[in-house]
Amino acid sequence: MSTRSTETLVGLFVLLGLAALFFLALKAANLGNFNTEATYPVSARFDNVGGLKVRAPVRSAGVTVGRVTAITLDGKTFQGVVRMDIRQGFQFPKDSSAKILTSGLLGDQYVGLEPGGAEANLAPGATITQTQSALVLENLIGQVLFNKAAEAGDAGAKK
Amino acid sequence: MTDTLARLGRFSLDWLRALGHSAFFFVDLLRFSPAALRRFPLVLAQVNAIGNRSLIIIAASGLAVGFVLALQMYYALVTYGAAESLGLIVNLALVRELGPVVTALLFAGRAGTSLTAEIGLMKAGEQLAAMELMAIDPRARVLAPRFIGGIVSMPILALVFSAVGILGAYVVAVLLIGVDAGNFWSIMQDRVDVWRDLGNGIVKSAVFGIICTFVALYQGYETEATPEGVAHATTRTVVISSLGVLGMDFILTALMFSTP
Repeated sequence: MSTRSTETLVGLFVLLGLAALFFLALKAANLGNFNTEATYPVSARFDNVGGLKVRAPVRSAGVTVGRVTAITLDGKTFQGVVRMDIRQGFQFPKDSSAKILTSGLLGDQYVGLEPGGAEANLAPGATITQTQSALVLENLIGQVLFNKAAEAGDAGAKK
Repeated sequence: MTDTLARLGRFSLDWLRALGHSAFFFVDLLRFSPAALRRFPLVLAQVNAIGNRSLIIIAASGLAVGFVLALQMYYALVTYGAAESLGLIVNLALVRELGPVVTALLFAGRAGTSLTAEIGLMKAGEQLAAMELMAIDPRARVLAPRFIGGIVSMPILALVFSAVGILGAYVVAVLLIGVDAGNFWSIMQDRVDVWRDLGNGIVKSAVFGIICTFVALYQGYETEATPEGVAHATTRTVVISSLGVLGMDFILTALMFSTP
């Protein structure tokens, strides 16, 4: 086989590999999701972050507006600090509240932002103060049991 | 009693000697690689022989794996109403594990054996000895270009395998079964990370390329110069590189994906 046709075939081979790489990176993975878009950082403090993970979506009215970038523990208040990047195109009022919600019954957890009514918007680096923690199933069951026991105790006292 | 001890000792010594010998051989290959890159047409011819000619079997296997994964996963997932995650599962399985590993196993069978047989016959025909007489080091002229060719070809083949597999899963899931196309892609894009999943998959396939090509070249170069010797060397190439790839895959997976 001549050198020229070998070179052409190898060129095609490498090109095919690059095409596969681009397909996998752009169509079948998260590159180009909106990594290039400008974002601004916001943080929120929760009493309990539950099963929230880094890179979890931040949603408002169900629309993804950003991503969680870091989750740390504040050593003084013992609250979970969730840092997130919100897309520049979405500005939220200063008194917006954040909740940790679950998509579906068994789905992943995400941060839900609910806009408030203030005139001023959240500045980059601002902290959201009104928050609602993740629902922890054990606490919920404990509460139900406690209530049941209290009701039973009341009923017993009345008799 | 002493006989058994002596046999154990000889076995260990032989094993250690082979290990040391192969390590020196590996260092030699690395040492001659830059020189081989300067003789680029030689490397190109090897990429053509190793990569291009393995393309059809790799693509066909990728397609078959994609088809079967999609079909089987669908039956399991539809029970839980999660058929849309099918694309994600197929993607992660292919990009992280099956793409690099199955490609490496096929590569050992398709390209590794031909490398071993070619070099073994060169040795049996005393072509390598003739080269040495002409003051040409056969490791630089014959082995190093094949080494580089194998390392270059393997990641490309693994990428093609994964891409074709995902397309195969798309054909079965979306076109035949009727899973929603938008969800199929968007769940995938949401959960597959370029660096963590795709990047580590490429690193894996490069490591497997080094293992497979090195084993094939070593077995060919160190073969007994007889027909039986070449036959045994070819068999050993497939066995050793397959076991090496599977063992290394476990170690790499434990290193790369141990945290969720």
